[in-house]
Amino acid sequence: MTPIIRSSPVLAFLVLQICLIFTLPCSSGSEDSYKITGRVRIPPSRGIVIGHTAKFSNVKVILNGGQNLTFLRPDGYFTFHKVPAGTHLIEVSAMGYLFSPVRVDVSARHRGKVQATLTETRRSLTELVLEPLREEQYYEVREPFSILSIVKSPMGLMVGFMVVVVFLMPKLMENIDPEEMKQAQEEMRRQGVPSLSSLLPSVGASR
Amino acid sequence: MAMAIRFTLLLLLFLSSAIVSFSLYEDQVGLMDWHQRYIGKVKHAVFHTQKTGRKRVIVSTEENVVASLDLRHGEIFWRHVLGTNDAIDGVDIALGKYVITLSSEGSALRAWNLPDGQMVWETSLHGAQHSKSLLSVPTNLKVDKAYPILVFGGGYLHAVSAIDGEVLWKKDFTAEGFEVQRVLQPPGSSIIYVLGFVNSSEAVVYQIDSKSGEVVAQKNMAFPAGFSGEISSVSSDKVVVLDSTRSILVTIGFLDGDISFQKTSISDLVEDSGKAEILSPLLSNMLAVKVNKRTIFVRVGGEGKLEVVDSLSDETAMSDSLPVADDQVAFASVHHEGSKIHLMVKLVDDLDTVLLRESIQMDQHRGRVHKVFINNYIRTDRSNGFRALIVMEDHSLLLLQQGAIVWSREEGLASVTDVTTAELPVEKDGVSVAKVEHTLFDWLKGHMLKLKGTLLLASPEDVAAIQEMRMKSSGRNKLTRDHNGFRKLFIALTRAGKLFALHTGDGRIVWSMLLNSPSKSETCERPSGISLYQWQVPHHHAMDENPSVLVVGRCGSDSSAPGVLSFVDVYTGKEISSSDMGHSVVQVMPLPFTDSTEQRLHLIADTNGHVHLYPKTSEALSIFQHEFQNVYWYTVEADEGIIRGHAMKSSCSSETADEYCFTTRELWTVVFPSESEKVISTLTRKPNEVVHTQAKVNTDQDLLYKYVSRNLLFVATVSPKGAGEIGSATPEESTLVVYLIDTITGRILHRLSHQGCQGPVHAVFSENWVVYHYFNLRAHKYEVTVVEIYDQSRAENKNVWKLVLGKHNLTAPISSYSRPEVFTKSQSYFFAQSVKTIAVTSTAKGITSKQLLIGTIGDQILALDKRFVDPRRTLNPSQAEKEEGIIPLTDSLPIIPQSYITHSLKVEGLRGIVTAPAKLESTTHVFAYGVDLFYTRLAPSKTYDSLTDDFSYALLLITIVALVAAIYITWVLSEKKELSEKWR
Repeated sequence: MTPIIRSSPVLAFLVLQICLIFTLPCSSGSEDSYKITGRVRIPPSRGIVIGHTAKFSNVKVILNGGQNLTFLRPDGYFTFHKVPAGTHLIEVSAMGYLFSPVRVDVSARHRGKVQATLTETRRSLTELVLEPLREEQYYEVREPFSILSIVKSPMGLMVGFMVVVVFLMPKLMENIDPEEMKQAQEEMRRQGVPSLSSLLPSVGASR
Repeated sequence: MAMAIRFTLLLLLFLSSAIVSFSLYEDQVGLMDWHQRYIGKVKHAVFHTQKTGRKRVIVSTEENVVASLDLRHGEIFWRHVLGTNDAIDGVDIALGKYVITLSSEGSALRAWNLPDGQMVWETSLHGAQHSKSLLSVPTNLKVDKAYPILVFGGGYLHAVSAIDGEVLWKKDFTAEGFEVQRVLQPPGSSIIYVLGFVNSSEAVVYQIDSKSGEVVAQKNMAFPAGFSGEISSVSSDKVVVLDSTRSILVTIGFLDGDISFQKTSISDLVEDSGKAEILSPLLSNMLAVKVNKRTIFVRVGGEGKLEVVDSLSDETAMSDSLPVADDQVAFASVHHEGSKIHLMVKLVDDLDTVLLRESIQMDQHRGRVHKVFINNYIRTDRSNGFRALIVMEDHSLLLLQQGAIVWSREEGLASVTDVTTAELPVEKDGVSVAKVEHTLFDWLKGHMLKLKGTLLLASPEDVAAIQEMRMKSSGRNKLTRDHNGFRKLFIALTRAGKLFALHTGDGRIVWSMLLNSPSKSETCERPSGISLYQWQVPHHHAMDENPSVLVVGRCGSDSSAPGVLSFVDVYTGKEISSSDMGHSVVQVMPLPFTDSTEQRLHLIADTNGHVHLYPKTSEALSIFQHEFQNVYWYTVEADEGIIRGHAMKSSCSSETADEYCFTTRELWTVVFPSESEKVISTLTRKPNEVVHTQAKVNTDQDLLYKYVSRNLLFVATVSPKGAGEIGSATPEESTLVVYLIDTITGRILHRLSHQGCQGPVHAVFSENWVVYHYFNLRAHKYEVTVVEIYDQSRAENKNVWKLVLGKHNLTAPISSYSRPEVFTKSQSYFFAQSVKTIAVTSTAKGITSKQLLIGTIGDQILALDKRFVDPRRTLNPSQAEKEEGIIPLTDSLPIIPQSYITHSLKVEGLRGIVTAPAKLESTTHVFAYGVDLFYTRLAPSKTYDSLTDDFSYALLLITIVALVAAIYITWVLSEKKELSEKWR
């Protein structure tokens, strides 16, 4: 099994960047139909993602909650055609990554000029760069084997207790005043507890 | 009651001790869940069987999937699910390396890389009107190093370069209303012929220069009788069409740009002919016509002369013709005979030469053959071998080769329409349990392996062994009921009208059954299934009866079409009986009554406003008449914005002699103003949901009573302007209003309006709360709101002494007619994703806390604890509230990647999520369907009532052994010591 490095959000932040580059509306066609072109950039993952490598072929870009759906070209670009002027929502679905939805305003006055804002962070994309939220880890990561985890488990605690009783108790007994010990033993005998526990003080008292 | 409250309190304390979230280790994948990938009913198939590389077939389906399948095993190499309104019109392979798909009525052209499915380019084609679309990939046309693809759609003809998707030229035909039917390209010439019709009465042939798109020549010829639109091209310069009366075949020749018509009456070809139909397969110099339920093959002679060469029975499916060696052209036909299908490959020129004749045993429940695609290969002895891909009536896809089914795919499961659950048979006495644990040694070895696994000491082989052992040892695939209720059947009804029983253990198909019409009439041989109900679930009485499900179907797509009922035994998958209802089906209402054999009473409403009682027995009738006054139902007319409540009136014996038919009266109507509100979503509670307690304990030891009513209807309306997609309305124009309506009295219990919000609304209703998801236009984000409804009238029962002394009104009868004093609490949160569907977990007793299952736009399912959508959340919860498990309020709901129950899988094309309780209170079954199927078992509060699968028995055993050994050793030691002491 290859070791799994848990990615910190900062790392994900660095590794993953999307650029949305907006272009002018399509030259032909009716007045109120524009196109939105953007780009999703996913740098090669560094062995962080288990099982799924983020391939462009598995990334979908979704306009307005499923009204339109498109895929990425090999260079990461995508285009929505025939988008009317107005405020739209673009979502990116890629396994292993969480993308913030993007609010996209297509202006009718400025011939389809596009303005984008991340809805999660409310950051305006004037530099046309959309910051990713994070990389997603779908599985819990097993803690590597450690003695501590064994010791911490209920069974481990039981064994530990046994060890303490067997090896440390006699030592403790040594420090007890022999007079008192004898007294205690007398009491024990009088009560007549024939259990295994009654053997323990006798072990201690044997010295 | 008090006991219950105490129990809940304890449980709450127990559950709130830890934040519970669904999470999975990677090696646990596949232990409880399974995932099946489908593509849907195949529309087009293109083979790609070059000598080098893997043999594959490219298919496009009715679920808008384009996929590449392994021809050897039928596995999916790659697959893309296009958008729901992006239906694929054509698929082909260009340049030997790109898969070209044309979709959205000929306006979206995409190229996918053949080996890995990466999209290479995408071109949006301009279209001005709705028209049939056409994709043509010429094989040997080359224009200035570009290989054009010709696409017609929306009134335009485009030539698109196959290399980069650039539009080389386009020709506008919108003005003439010209519809392209065929694009033909004579070999060795740069001129392409475009044949089409104008207004279905004029044939036009354009000769277009493929380099520039210039029209070189144009010829037209009127045909006053009109064309029906069905066309078959028989050679590079001839097509055959049917005229509008469907009785004359017209051969249109357009050699060198000249048009010539030649009419042949069908009655000249076959005697006593009715309306004809040209079948779609493309055969060279021949066409297939369906007349009088027979398929006739008509050869087209050199001068456009038609002659009948063969005729076959109606139940024949044919493939397109395929060039085989030596300029010969062959095609395949498949017909049924008893339980066998016969595949024949014949030469087109000589129908007596049968290249291949194979008979294959076929499951009756696959129905007829709908489509055939053939492909040839050269055998080792240099003869031609054929493989045939066939699509059956139940949408399954099979590959036939050398007289056997090489592989099959149950593609019907890609279009599941309704799902219900069923129990497995009880394990009979005498039937020995399969030996799971062989010997103590094996058992110990297995557990040592497990221990190694948990301590991460296991080698890869060990891990594999552990997985295999876990699969085996759990016994999860047995076909009997288990103690925990983990083994169950999911019964799924598909669009093809087929029932599948899927085992929860591994998702295999236990049985499948194609619905038959009882009358076998002409118009309705295969009814389409509408919905599925649990008909008979014996658990107290009638234990010797097998449980059964009711399938309500319809003959035809119209809502007034007569319905059919089918009763299917769940254990065997056999149809017990089926009947024609003789009336239409608008609504099916399972009643909360069962007869002595535990058959559930159902009411079925028809279009005439009558309701019909099923089963039609006198016992059922007497039960129903006893409850006659207490049966209410409602209808939603979403288009008119009216909700009506109905009650029973009388038997409709005055009109018909049917004593199981009843008339109804209208009790109330709720009319929404059509200019400001449009109903977009309605929802009720699941009728079989179990609520454990009505009481909810507050932090300050206060009691709240949930308003738990089965008769609550959640309605969401939106301003007409906001009914469209996001982006079509401004925040000022759209308002979302939600209502909670009592369906007995029509009383509106709660109304909440969200300014500047719009749909689509996805909601879930459980116990006394509704959670719904909608779009907030102001914030331009999705929002989730929770509404909880509480009963005020029971608030005075808080005094414990009253409870103890019995002076409470808890046992007072509850009537919907009494005026409810309710109050609601609600809270809203942002949610960062679009949602396709929402469901909620359900458990056997309703004690376990609930989780919302949110199907996201990325086709994943997120499990969200109900505690995140609790209106009692505050910014700074007090210590007591924290102890109760109230989470500090945040403005948006968290999306924790580990709580995706689908982990790293996707349920492509997700449409619905079904939950069903297991017998074990902590556990619930979750089944999600779409193009893919996914099943898992969830424990929303962790499995507090059983040990988990990965509980290490070995460690426990070792500890016990170690303890015993230690005790023995100390005992021996102490004995010795004592002895030595005594000697001293």
